[in-house]
Amino acid sequence: MARISLSGLRHSYLPHPAGPQDYALKSIDLDWEDGGAYALLGPSGCGKSTLLNIISGLLVPSEGRILFDGQDVTDLPPDQRNIAQVFQFPVIYDTMTVYDNLAFPLRNRGFDETFVNERVTLIAALLDVEPMLNVRAAHLAPDNKQKISMGRGLVRDDVNVMMFDEPLTVIDPHLKWKLRSKLKELHQQLKATMIYVTHDQTEALTFADQVVVMQEGEVVQIGTPVELFERPQHTFVGHFIGSPGMNILPAAEEGGRIVFEGQTVAVEGAVTGSGGVTELGVRPEFVTLAETGLPARVRKVSDVGRHAVIETMVGDTPVKAVVDQADVEQGAEVHLAFRQDQTRLYRDGWLSTEAAR
Amino acid sequence: MKTENQKAWFFVLPVLLLVAFNALVPIMTVVNYSVQETFGNNVFFWQGLDWFEQILRSDRFHAALGRQFLFTFLILIIEVPLGIIIALSMPKKGFWVPVCLVLMALPMLIPWNVVGAMWNIFTLPKIGLLGYFMNDVLGVNYDMTQDPLAAWITIIVMDVWHWTSLVVLLAYAGLVSIPDAYYQAAKIDGASPWKVFRYIQLPKMKTVLTIAILLRFMDSFNIYTEPFVLTGGGPGNSTTLLSIDLVKIALGQFDLGPAAAMSLIYFAITLLVSWLFYTLMTKDDAQ
Repeated sequence: MARISLSGLRHSYLPHPAGPQDYALKSIDLDWEDGGAYALLGPSGCGKSTLLNIISGLLVPSEGRILFDGQDVTDLPPDQRNIAQVFQFPVIYDTMTVYDNLAFPLRNRGFDETFVNERVTLIAALLDVEPMLNVRAAHLAPDNKQKISMGRGLVRDDVNVMMFDEPLTVIDPHLKWKLRSKLKELHQQLKATMIYVTHDQTEALTFADQVVVMQEGEVVQIGTPVELFERPQHTFVGHFIGSPGMNILPAAEEGGRIVFEGQTVAVEGAVTGSGGVTELGVRPEFVTLAETGLPARVRKVSDVGRHAVIETMVGDTPVKAVVDQADVEQGAEVHLAFRQDQTRLYRDGWLSTEAAR
Repeated sequence: MKTENQKAWFFVLPVLLLVAFNALVPIMTVVNYSVQETFGNNVFFWQGLDWFEQILRSDRFHAALGRQFLFTFLILIIEVPLGIIIALSMPKKGFWVPVCLVLMALPMLIPWNVVGAMWNIFTLPKIGLLGYFMNDVLGVNYDMTQDPLAAWITIIVMDVWHWTSLVVLLAYAGLVSIPDAYYQAAKIDGASPWKVFRYIQLPKMKTVLTIAILLRFMDSFNIYTEPFVLTGGGPGNSTTLLSIDLVKIALGQFDLGPAAAMSLIYFAITLLVSWLFYTLMTKDDAQ
């Protein structure tokens, strides 16, 4: 196991990148602590897989260094980095049995058969694939194939990091849940550093201790699931995480006051910085219907079981609220209240208020 | 619930008619000749299986069959590995892909008799470029019109030149269909290049290679035009392959009965060996 540091990492798939728009990764500085469970979360095309392939050594970055425990591995090929990687689609060796598939990474490194047998038996038990050890891998169902792919990553006990590149995309939903909790369990047993790439926030938030949110080749925030939910550093994080996402409302600064649709709104703390495009961010969970406050008209009410989502219009701006009970009807005139310690100002997308004390 | 009726026959009927006229009727004519003797004027005498017995016992047939198997065996063990090696070394993307593909396809676009004529002129001593170069520049005695070994080498090289491309193109199609993730996983698993070939590339090429081997077997086993134009079966009978011998009997000597019997035996052997190949190569999948 190792601590992984990325410093000044940039990558472009073009031979001669002209500007920032040509970079798939724009300047990444990151530390992955030894034994952590990380999720790399972001929409498709944000550079997650590029970053993963750079860590595993399948790609050489245009600029920057990768350090494993302080040792520079930027120029080492994947097999010398001691890493395991599981891909989006199952990769199995068709002509081998399940046993031989699992033993493959160990045998390639010249471990003796007693040790191979011990590890394969252990991993097969963890993944519940013992009955099929002697079956030809080509005949397996897709979810078992993906289990074998994962197993090949888990079978080595000397890896620096295990990486999962959207490994559950091809799996049925109920099995997805099972495999994900299995992975979580494995992390606790093996204490290995794991990096899990996904565009699904549920997967990221349930698997990881720390979530790294990426957008357009940049890391926008690193934090625990709670931090990401409660204090998004960027409007993108607020919008991307949560269902429905954070309300991002156009606002103006007028002599120290924050004005939204002609009304003054109180924010959590002191405003920092100046200029730029300013927006208010407040999660629908912290918007309530009140006697006084922002006048709004209810446009739609959707009951989603435990709570209801109310879509309203404040002037020309849509604002969503999540409430326990929807006792209003479509078209009703209501007032909205924002909880002050959960209302923040964003300047050019980045958080621009100090936390409430 | 499916309703059963006999309507499907009407859809099969046109194909059935077509097959009847281009395969069944001609074959039955041959069967007809193979069991009778004729002296012209449409007078036929029943011979039973005499012609079959005569062919199967004849040394001439054994020799031609032996040469045929040797030829097919040699071109298969050269063309299949060579085709795989060329396919492996071809670029997977970029400007050179279409260039390579067109270069590979070129020999296959040339008509068979033209290939024979080309190689004939190319290898003739004194006149041909290769013949002149070998004899007069390198001083190697090379004359495929006189020397059986030279004749054999020439027809093998000609066939390899003409048909290796087929194996290359099919193997290449198999190779490019392998997703990148397989190579990446193999890198991470620490697999050597040989293991990548053995456990990823070869299994993924298996289906197309089966087709390539079957096609090359059938084509080479039935080959006629190229060696006929190049060597005419000579010198002596040294390159008289089965089909050349068959044509000699049928049209040279006009022995229609034995020729018909030989055709049927020839056909049966081709069918049997193709079936064997196919069964052996697809055996694993059925397990």
